[in-house]
Amino acid sequence: MTISEEDLVREVSVLTVQRLHSWIRLGWVRPERREGAAHFHDVDVARVRLLCDLEHELELDEDTVPLILSLLDQIHGLRNELRSVAVAIDEQPPAVRDRIASAYRRIAEG
Amino acid sequence: MAKDPYEVLGVAKTASADEIKKAFRKLVKQLHPDLHPGEKKLGDRFKDVASAYDIVGDEAKRAKFDKGEIDAAGQERPEQRFYREYANSGGARHYQSNAGFEDLGDVSDLFSDLFGRSSAAGANMPGRNVHYRLDVDFITAALGGQQRITLPDGKQLGVTIPEGVADGQTLRLKGLGHPGRGQGPAGDALIEIHVRPHAVFERKGDDVVSELAVTIDEAVLGGKVEALAISGRVMVTIPKGSSSGQTLRLKGKGLKGKRGAFGDQLIRLKIVLPKAIDEELETFMKAWRESHAYNPRAE
Repeated sequence: MTISEEDLVREVSVLTVQRLHSWIRLGWVRPERREGAAHFHDVDVARVRLLCDLEHELELDEDTVPLILSLLDQIHGLRNELRSVAVAIDEQPPAVRDRIASAYRRIAEG
Repeated sequence: MAKDPYEVLGVAKTASADEIKKAFRKLVKQLHPDLHPGEKKLGDRFKDVASAYDIVGDEAKRAKFDKGEIDAAGQERPEQRFYREYANSGGARHYQSNAGFEDLGDVSDLFSDLFGRSSAAGANMPGRNVHYRLDVDFITAALGGQQRITLPDGKQLGVTIPEGVADGQTLRLKGLGHPGRGQGPAGDALIEIHVRPHAVFERKGDDVVSELAVTIDEAVLGGKVEALAISGRVMVTIPKGSSSGQTLRLKGKGLKGKRGAFGDQLIRLKIVLPKAIDEELETFMKAWRESHAYNPRAE
């Protein structure tokens, strides 16, 4: 399920087409391109709302927003990898899990 | 939510618009769920803050709120899905960057193996919520009822209007939004209620305010007259010697409030003279004035 640019601007009240275009140009928002038109997935819509909050409600300037965005993207990247590692460890037999756990404690505390 | 918006923002009722904005911005930094990806409980508090600012951050709404014309309830923001929900469920991989831990490949052969791979798109995503607006007449909103809305795709949806629903309140119909992707659950339909104004009744909190015209003789002598209540016609007693502006209170004849109790109906009396003043009335008044002059402005 995706929505068009017009619907997005209508749905997010503080958003203007100009703002949206400049975010797309900067690569902050990356909608799917199909048949020459932009299609926004739910995740893109949520990201646009976040950008609106940063620029509009927090009144951050254009230099600060990419800094925060980049840190957030790194945190989410890390969290996802950490989650995958945790699940992968969880799938191991108990003996392997225990060995990983004690190695972890040794390294983290050492 | 029905919390006092000033309290939620931690400002005095007398705070300037600037102070309110400052307090709001500080709280957004502390509470915005997307600035704190792992802290689960922030969502609700942020919603309260945002709803509070929706009222007192807007000059017109704040004035109305201060005068008691609107209350904090029913100003609730529709549920928002924050970016972190997608990012945390793996739905935002095309935005995520590996830049933060590329160097870990140097300490772990396993990591350098693993992080060479390209990522798969999130398969299970919850569906989007759909927003509707529904106009409801005053009496249906007061007494509750059923109403149908036609969706953009032509399908009809039956909506149960709860008794006493307030203007601007949002109803949530679980699972009636857009379908989810993969195993993801469907979104919800969020229906914002707009209550049409009524010719006689006005809502004030859980009370209903109306005006009742009475004749000069009813005002002087008192009596029983018929009045309109939201549930239909009722007989009310006009006390002997009533003035314009005096209010009769019909206990429990108001709207059903958030906690299930009913408000009252307040009937403001308005004395209306006959269209034409006949000679008899005029003569009587002249004579009466001679011996019974009074000055209500003196009080």
